[in-house]
Amino acid sequence: MGDIVFDIAHMLAGGLVLVSFMLLYQDRLYALLNIYALHALMLTLSVAWQAFSQAAPHLYVTAAIALVFKAIVIPVALHRIIQRLGIHREIETVVGVGPTMLAGMGLVALSLVVILPVTPEGDPLAREDLAFALSVVLLGLLVMVTRRNAVSQVVGFMSLENGLVLAATGAKGMPLVVEISVAFSILIAFIVIGVFLFRIRERFDTVDIGALDDFRGERR
Amino acid sequence: MVVIPDILVQGAQMALVLLLSPLLTGFVRKVKARLLRSRGASVFQPYRDLLRLMRKEVVLAENASWLFRVTPYMIFAATWVAAALVPTFATGLMFSWTADLIAIVALLGSARFFLALAGMDVGTSFGGIGSSREVMIASLAEPAMLLIIFTLALLAGATQLSTIAAFMASPEVGLRVSLGMALVALVMVAIAENARIPVDNPATHLELTMVHEAMVLEYSGRHLAMIEFSASLKLLLYVSLIACLFAPWNLAGSGAGPASYAVGAGAYIGKLAAAGVLLALFETATAKMRVFRVPQFLGAALMLGLLATLLLFVSRSL
Amino acid sequence: MAIAILLWCIAALIGTAVVAVAAARSRHAMRTVYALCFAACGIALSAALFHLAAGGGAAQTLTLPLGLPWLGAWFRLDALAAFFLVIVNLGGAAASLYGLGYGRHEPAPHRVLPFFAAFLAGMNLVVLADDAFTFLLSWEFMSLSSWALVMTHHREPSNLRAAYIYIVMASFGTLALSLAFGLLAGSYVQYGFEAIRAAEHEPLVAAFVLMLVLLGAGSKAGIVPLHVWLPLAHPAAPSHVSALMSGVMTKVAVYGFVRIVFDLRGDPVWWESMVVLGLGGGTAALGILHALMEKDLKRLLAYSTIENIGVIFVSLGLAMAFQANAMQWAAALALTAALFHALNHSFFKSLLFFGAGAVLTATGERDMEKLGGLIHRMPATSFLFLAGCMAISALPPLNGFVSEWLIFQAVLQSPDLLEWGLRIMVPAVGGLLALSAALAAACFVKAFGVTFLGRPRTPAAERAGEADRFSIAAMAVLAALCLLAGVLPGFVIDGLAPVTLALIGESMPVQASLPWLTVVPIAESRSSYNGLLVFLFIAVSASLAVFVIHRFASRALRRAPAWDCGFPNSSPLTQYTAGGFAQPIRRVFGTLAFRAVEHVDMPPPGDTRPARLTVELHDLVWEWLYAPVERAIGFAAVRLNHLQFLTIRQYLTLVFLALVTLLLALAIWS
Repeated sequence: MGDIVFDIAHMLAGGLVLVSFMLLYQDRLYALLNIYALHALMLTLSVAWQAFSQAAPHLYVTAAIALVFKAIVIPVALHRIIQRLGIHREIETVVGVGPTMLAGMGLVALSLVVILPVTPEGDPLAREDLAFALSVVLLGLLVMVTRRNAVSQVVGFMSLENGLVLAATGAKGMPLVVEISVAFSILIAFIVIGVFLFRIRERFDTVDIGALDDFRGERR
Repeated sequence: MVVIPDILVQGAQMALVLLLSPLLTGFVRKVKARLLRSRGASVFQPYRDLLRLMRKEVVLAENASWLFRVTPYMIFAATWVAAALVPTFATGLMFSWTADLIAIVALLGSARFFLALAGMDVGTSFGGIGSSREVMIASLAEPAMLLIIFTLALLAGATQLSTIAAFMASPEVGLRVSLGMALVALVMVAIAENARIPVDNPATHLELTMVHEAMVLEYSGRHLAMIEFSASLKLLLYVSLIACLFAPWNLAGSGAGPASYAVGAGAYIGKLAAAGVLLALFETATAKMRVFRVPQFLGAALMLGLLATLLLFVSRSL
Repeated sequence: MAIAILLWCIAALIGTAVVAVAAARSRHAMRTVYALCFAACGIALSAALFHLAAGGGAAQTLTLPLGLPWLGAWFRLDALAAFFLVIVNLGGAAASLYGLGYGRHEPAPHRVLPFFAAFLAGMNLVVLADDAFTFLLSWEFMSLSSWALVMTHHREPSNLRAAYIYIVMASFGTLALSLAFGLLAGSYVQYGFEAIRAAEHEPLVAAFVLMLVLLGAGSKAGIVPLHVWLPLAHPAAPSHVSALMSGVMTKVAVYGFVRIVFDLRGDPVWWESMVVLGLGGGTAALGILHALMEKDLKRLLAYSTIENIGVIFVSLGLAMAFQANAMQWAAALALTAALFHALNHSFFKSLLFFGAGAVLTATGERDMEKLGGLIHRMPATSFLFLAGCMAISALPPLNGFVSEWLIFQAVLQSPDLLEWGLRIMVPAVGGLLALSAALAAACFVKAFGVTFLGRPRTPAAERAGEADRFSIAAMAVLAALCLLAGVLPGFVIDGLAPVTLALIGESMPVQASLPWLTVVPIAESRSSYNGLLVFLFIAVSASLAVFVIHRFASRALRRAPAWDCGFPNSSPLTQYTAGGFAQPIRRVFGTLAFRAVEHVDMPPPGDTRPARLTVELHDLVWEWLYAPVERAIGFAAVRLNHLQFLTIRQYLTLVFLALVTLLLALAIWS
C-alpha cells in the first residue's frame, strides 16, 4: 500500500474528528445541521476511500447509504422539523464552549492512548481508523451530554453513529446486511425521535430537555 | 572568501523586507478598495504616508515618559530583526541560525510588551483599553502559535526555520491532517496578531472595539511612522512565514547562485501578491467580531494547534 | 578546601546572628550586620563559584562532631550543592547589599537582624548537609528563622494569620520529609546520604518517597495545591526577606527535590514523571492566573513565584521522563533547563521584590491601584524594575527567555519516548507552559504599567522619591546579571555540565567553544539561539533607525496635553486600574479557574447612590481542600473538648485502654 493511500485515508478520518469538534463548537441550530451534513459527507468520502483501497465494493454501498440518508435526507428533515417547530436558533449549552473543547481534547487523547498501544502490530490504516472512530464516538456522546436542546442531542447521536460506521469500515469491512440494518435502525430511531420531538413540543411548548426534568419534579 | 557574498545576501534580505512591507500594505488596501468598487489610493501611498509622518514634528503628551519615546524604535528594531530572520527568497542565510521559530515569536512578543506599556504610559483610558485587550489576545495567540510550532517541529525534528522549510519542500511530508490544521490555526493567529478583520480593524479610529489603534492613539510624527512601519513589517513577516512553511517552493538554498536567488525573489513576490489578494478577499467578506468573541476565535486556533499535535501521533512516521 | 571556607562562612553568619541579638538596639548594628552578611555571602559565593568553575570534580566531604553522638554532622560539597550555593549566596549578598539601604526604614530592626543572618546560615546548611539528620535540622532551622522574619510586623492581623498558616504548612512539610528519609533509610537505619545512595530501594518504597518529597519540598516550593501559605507569607516579611524567600528559599526546596529524587532515590519510573509534569503544569497556569487577578504588588510577585516553580517542576518532570526512557542526553537538557531557570528566577524575582520594596518605602503603598506615574519620580528604580519585568516575561534577549527556550526544546524531544501517555502528555503540558508564559507577560505589563506608568492616583504616589543608592546598586547588579545570563547563556550551561554529569551521567554539548557563542541544545540543524547576536541586532537596528530619522527627517518635538480622542482633563482616576486591566483575561479564564461572577448593582433613575460592580472570585483550592480539613479539625476539636473534663478514674481508664490496644496490636502484628 502506497503512502498516498494511507495519507488520504488519514486526512479524511482526521477531518471527521475535526468536524466533530466543529459540532462541539457550533452554537446555532441551522449551522449545526449543516455541519452535521458535512460530517456525513466526510464519512462518505472516508468510507468510499476505504472501499477503493481495500478493493471492497460492498463498502461503496455503505458510502452511498451514508451520503443519501445522513448527508441529505436527515439534515433536510431536521431542517424542516426546526422550521415547523419554530424553535429559537440559539443552543443553550450546559457547559461553556472552552471547557467543552478542552474535554473534547482530553477524550481524543484518551482514545489515542487506549487504542494505539494495544494494536502496535495491526495494519496502520485499521489502527488509526479505530483511534479516530473512538474519538468520534466519544465526541458525539460529549455533544449529547453538553446540550440541552433535543434537536442538537439528536445530532450528537447521529455523529456518534457515524463514528461506529467508521470503525466498522476500518476493520476490513463488516457484512453488508449488518450495515444496512444498522442504517435502517438509525433511520427508525430518527423517526421515533422526530415524533417524540413533536410530542414534547405539544406538551411543554419547548424542546428544552430541562422542561422534562421539571415535569418529573427534579431539580435542575 | 565566501563570507562577503553571504553578508550581501543577508543584507539584501534585510533591505528587501524593509522595502516590500509598505508595498504589501498598500497592495492589500488597493485590492480591498477595488473589491468595494472604489478606486482606492495608489499602492505606493504607504510610502508617502511614512515619509510625511517622519518629517513632521512630534507632539508629545505632557505626561509621557522616556519609555514612550523609546518604544517606537524598540518595536521597529525587534520586528525588523524578526522579519529579517524568516526566510523570504532563500534559506540558510548567514545569520539564520541566530534565532529559531520560537525566538522569532518571542521577539514579536517583546515588541508587543513595549507597545502595551506605551499604551499605558500617558495615563488615558483609551490607551488602557487597548493594552488590556491586546494582552488578552496575546495570551491566547501566543500559546496557539507555540502549539503550531510544536506540530511543525515534531514533524521536521527541528525548530530552525531553514530546516523546517527544507523538510516541507521534500516529498516525505505527504498529506497530513495535522498540517492542514496547523495551517488554519496559523492563519487565524496571523489575523489576530496583525489586528486584521475580524479581530480588529486596521482602518478604524474612534471605535470602542479598537485594540491596536487605541494603544497608539497618542503617537504622532516620526514615532507614529515607526509604529506604522513595524505594523507593515509584521504583516509581511507573517505572510513570509506562512509562505516559507506551507509554500516552500523555489526557495534558494544556501550558497546558491544569483540565478536561483532571482527565481526565489520572483516566486516570493508572487506569493506575497497571492496572499495579499486572499487577505483582502477574506477581509471584505467578513464582519468584525465583538471583542469577547475573539477569545472563542483564538481558542479555536489553540484547540486546532493542540489537536494537530495530538493527531500527529496517529500518522505514519511518529 | 572550599568546604571548610563555606562552613566558616556559615559559622560567621551564625555568629553574626548571635551578636545581633545582643546588639540589635545599638546605632550601628544595622550596618554592621548587613555588611558582615554581605561579606560572608560574598566569600561563600566565590568559594562555590570556584568549585563549580574548577569542573566540580571531586566532591569534598567533612564531618563535624556535632548532632547525634554516633553520627556526627556530615557535610559534602559536590557540583549540585555548589550550584545551589551560588544561588543562595548570590541572593544573600544582593539582599544584604539592599538591606544596607532598606534597613534604615525598618521600625523594628531587632526583629529582623538576628533572624536575617540565621536564615542565610540555615539555607547554606541545607545545601551542604550530607546526612538526613543534619538536612532535616537545617531545613527546620531555615523554616523557623524565616517564620520569625514573617512575624516581623506582628501587629498586623493579616501577618499573624500568614505566619500561622506558614508554620502549620512548614511543619507539615518537614514531617513529610522526615517520613521520606525514614523510608529511604530502610530497616538498616542509615542516615548518611552515602549509604542511602548506595542502597537499593524497592519500587513501591521509591514511589512513596517521591510522593512524600513532593509534599515536603513541594509545600516549601509552593506547588499547587500546597501553595496557600506562600502568597500570604512571602509578602508579609520585609522586602529584602521576601526576595530571599521567593528568590532563594524556594530554590532550596527545589534543591531538596533534586537531591532526593535524582541523587538518592535511584532511577525514576515513567508514571512518576507524569505526576510531576501534571503538578508542574497546573501550578504554572494557576499561579500566573492568580497573579493576574492580584492588585497588591508583592502578592502578585509571590503568585508569580508559584508560576515559575511550576515551570521548574515541569522541566524536572521532563528530565525524569527522559531518564526513565534511558534518553540521557535529553534528560541532561531538561535538567539543565530546570536548573538554569532556577538560577534565572532567583535573579529576577529578587530584583522585582527589591523594586517593590523601594516603591513601598517611597510611597508606603503595596496596592498598585493607589500608585502610578512613578517612572517620573523614581527613574532608576523603574528602569531596573522594567528589566526584571522583561526578564520574567521571557522576552529575548534577557535570561528568562533562554531557560524557557531550553524547556521547549526539551519538550520537542518527546516523540522518542516509549509510553503513549507521556508522548501525548508532554506536548499538552508544553502548551500549558506556553499559555503561562504568555499570561506572565500580560501580568508584568500590568504590574509595571499600573505601578510606574500613567499618572499618580494618590498624593502618596505623587510625593515619592528615588530609592537610596544601596538599593539601586543591589538592583543594578541583578539586572546586569539578567542581561549577562541572557546574552551569554553558553557559559551558564557549561557551568551546569558537571551537575548533570554527576546526576544523570550525561551533559549538554559544550557551548562556549561554538562560534559566536550560540546555544545549541542538540545539533545546529535542529535548533540554535544566539542571545548575543539578537541583542546586538536589536541594538544596532534601533540605533540605526534613530540616527537616520534624526539626521535626515525631523527631530522637532513639542509637548502638549494628551489628546485621548478629544476628552480633555480627565481625572487620574479614569486610568485603567489593575482590576480593569485584567478584566478581559478574567472573563476568558476566570469562570473556569475561579468561578468568577460579576454583580452589577445599577440604581434606578432618581436614586442617588452610586452604581457598583463587584467581582466575586473563589480560590477553589482553598475552598475544596483546606476549608473541609479546617472544618473537620474544628469539628473534632469541639467533640474532643469534653475529654478535658473527666475524672481521674476516667483518665486512668483511657490510658489503660490505650496500653491494652497497643499490646493487642503488637500481638496481632507479630
